[in-house]
Amino acid sequence: MDPVPGEPAGVPHAGAPAGGHGTDLGALLNRAARGDKAAFAELYDATAPRVHGLALRVVRDPAQAEEVTQEVFLEVWRQASRYDAARGSALAWMMTIAHRKAVDRVRSAEATTRRDLAYEQANQSVEHDVTADAAHASLEAHRVRAALAQLTDVQREAIELAYFGGYTHTEVAALLDLPVGTAKTRIRDGLIRLRDTIGVGR
Amino acid sequence: MTTDHDHALSGAYAVDALDADERARFETHLSQCADCRAEVDSLREAAALLGIADEVGPPPALRDDVLAGIERIRPLPPLTREPATVTPLFRRLPTLLAAAAAVVLLLGVGLAVLRPWSDGTEPPPQLSAAEQILRAGDATHVEKAFPDGSQATIVLSRSQGKALIRTKDMAPAPDGKVYELWLQTPAGKMIPAGLMPDESDTTYVLDGDAAEATGVGITVEPDGGSEQPTTQPIAVFPLES
Ligand SMILES: [Zn+2]
Repeated sequence: MDPVPGEPAGVPHAGAPAGGHGTDLGALLNRAARGDKAAFAELYDATAPRVHGLALRVVRDPAQAEEVTQEVFLEVWRQASRYDAARGSALAWMMTIAHRKAVDRVRSAEATTRRDLAYEQANQSVEHDVTADAAHASLEAHRVRAALAQLTDVQREAIELAYFGGYTHTEVAALLDLPVGTAKTRIRDGLIRLRDTIGVGR
Repeated sequence: MTTDHDHALSGAYAVDALDADERARFETHLSQCADCRAEVDSLREAAALLGIADEVGPPPALRDDVLAGIERIRPLPPLTREPATVTPLFRRLPTLLAAAAAVVLLLGVGLAVLRPWSDGTEPPPQLSAAEQILRAGDATHVEKAFPDGSQATIVLSRSQGKALIRTKDMAPAPDGKVYELWLQTPAGKMIPAGLMPDESDTTYVLDGDAAEATGVGITVEPDGGSEQPTTQPIAVFPLES
C-alpha cells in the first residue's frame, strides 16, 4: 500500500498534550492506520525509547522487555484505526497499550519466576543505556518531577508501586501497610492531582 | 447499577492495578458510566507521563524486526458499526439459538473445543474468579472466530459451575447498546449472565450457575441490559454436557 500524501501537518488534537519531541503522533497514527509504513517508522522512532523504557522498568528482564516492546508496536500497527483522538493523546493511547502488556507479562506465572532472577542484572545495566534525549524531554520531565513532588509520600509510593511495580492495589496496600481498600483511593487521588498539576487530559 | 465503590477504582484501573476479576467488573461499570470513562481517559494522560525520565532506546535490531513484522499484519479496519437492526420482541431465543448453533457448526467458522492448558507451575495463593476457571482441571474452551477478525472464547468449568468469556478485537456495541450474555438452561430458558465490558479485549466471568448450562448466547440490548433477550443472538456457543 502506498503512503498517503497530503496529510495536514501539525493539527492539534483536543486535549492532547505535545506527545513527544513536538511530533504530531496522532497524525502519524492516522497515516499508519491507512497502511503508511513510513509514517509508522516515524512513529516508532519518536516513541520507541518511551515504550521500551517503560517495558524495561516494569518487566526488568531486558530480553522480555524487548519482546514486550515488539508486541506493543505490532499491536499499535494493527489497532491504529481504533485510536480515537477525542478520548486522548496518541502517546497516552500507546503507553496504555504498552503498560497493559508489560503488566500482563510480569503477572503471568512464567514471568514471575524469571523476574526475580533478572532483577539484579537489570538494575545494574539499565542506568547505562539511558538515552537522555533533547532539552525538550528534560523540560517535560522536570514538570513531571515537580508535579510528583506535590503528592503526599503515600500517593507517590502507591502510584509508583502500581505503575512501575505492576502490583495490584490490594498488593500495594499490603506493601505500604495501608488498610485494605485505601490504596486504590491514594492512587486515584494522586493521579488526579498529577493530572491537574501538569494540566493534561481535560 | 453504580456504587461509590465502582467509581473509586478508576485510578487503579488507569494504571492496570486491578486483578483480572476486578478489571472485568470495572469494565462492565465503565460501559455504563460516562463519568468514569472520561476520568480514566484523563488519568491515563497523566500516567503516560510517569515514565518520561525512563527513556531507553531499544536495540536497533528491534526496529528492523518491528518493521518486518508489520509487513505480515493487516491493520484493523476502523469501527464503522451501524446501529444494530432490532427485531421485534424476541421470545423464541432457544429455538433460534439452536438454529444459530447449527449454522455455526455447518459453516465451521473456527469453532473448536480445546484441551485445558496446564503449565505445571504452582498456582499463586490468591486466584481471581477468572483464574480459578482457567486453571480448573475440567476447563473446556469453545472458541469462535468472527468474519471481521474478532474472536471470542468461552471457558467453562462444570465443577466450579462458572464460565467466562474472553474477547479479542471485538467491535464495541453500538451507541446506547450493550452486549448481554445469556446462559441457556437444559429446559431451554435463557438466564441473564451479565453485560460485557465495553473493551475490545477483555475477560469477563459470567454471572450465574453454569454447571448445567447447555449454551452461552450474546445479544445486543439497550443500555443497562434486558431481563430477557430482545434481539437475535450475534453469537452462540454450544456447551458440551
Ligand atoms: Zn463510574
